Amino acid sequence: MSDRTDQTTQLSCQELVELVTDYLEGALSAEEHSRFEAHISICDGCGVYLEQMRTTVRLLGKLPVAALPAGAERDLLDAFRGWR
Amino acid sequence: MALVEAVESELLEALRAGDEDAFAQLVREYQPSLVRVARIYVPTQAAAEEVAQETWLGVLKGLDRFEGRSSLRTWIFRILTNIAKTRAQRDGRTLPFSALQDPGRVPEAAVDADRFLDPEHPRWPGHWTVRPEPWPEDALISAETQALLEEAIEALPANQRAVISLRDIEGWSSEEVRNALEISETNQRVLLHRARSKVRRALESYLGDNK
Repeated sequence: MSDRTDQTTQLSCQELVELVTDYLEGALSAEEHSRFEAHISICDGCGVYLEQMRTTVRLLGKLPVAALPAGAERDLLDAFRGWR
Repeated sequence: MALVEAVESELLEALRAGDEDAFAQLVREYQPSLVRVARIYVPTQAAAEEVAQETWLGVLKGLDRFEGRSSLRTWIFRILTNIAKTRAQRDGRTLPFSALQDPGRVPEAAVDADRFLDPEHPRWPGHWTVRPEPWPEDALISAETQALLEEAIEALPANQRAVISLRDIEGWSSEEVRNALEISETNQRVLLHRARSKVRRALESYLGDNK
């Protein structure tokens, strides 16, 4: 957890979790970015949270892309043949 | 997986020459995304599949006139959006404009408020009550975890599902998603944030129970 000095300029954990996507997307202002990183560097809970969000994205990237039902693909290929 | 631009002109040429494999490749690559995006506009999976099917027919009809001013992908998704909107109108459905154009209107917390101390807490305002725990790496690669992820994606509102699918499952850039869905950068990010937060929550509750 963060130390208690200067609470007004520091992010709370509850505020930080709402900024994680902006952080990962590189969409934070320079000031927000440094407040974010200052918090992460001293707060284990939020460090783990950020890691979990990264892991979530990584796992989603490994999901197989859904396959097309055979019938639907055949119909489309028939349409393609008809088009030519 | 994405078709890069250099490959796109070759693909286009092959399609125009009637190359069936090229068309099949295109269909396999985009069909799942087309169905997911169509679900934003139409209420059922079956209706979304029909819209996607119709989109391909629209693609074939327009292929000779496609001038390549946008990417092939953006063009295909524009056709889909038009067909889906027309169909929603025909079915007398109110278009979920606000769902895409103003997703931040209703606030939605990434993490339940009861996981945090009160914002007015004298010592630790808004700090974790129960801190997140690191996940066991071996559980992450299990088939159960994969099934859970798919379930969590399926449970999302259609607009969030479309954005997270295109960005994180299909690996599109934020710009490509913005173009395909015709939404602002901010709205794209809000939808992505909410979707990812919910999927993380589903994983946390599963992996937490699993220990």
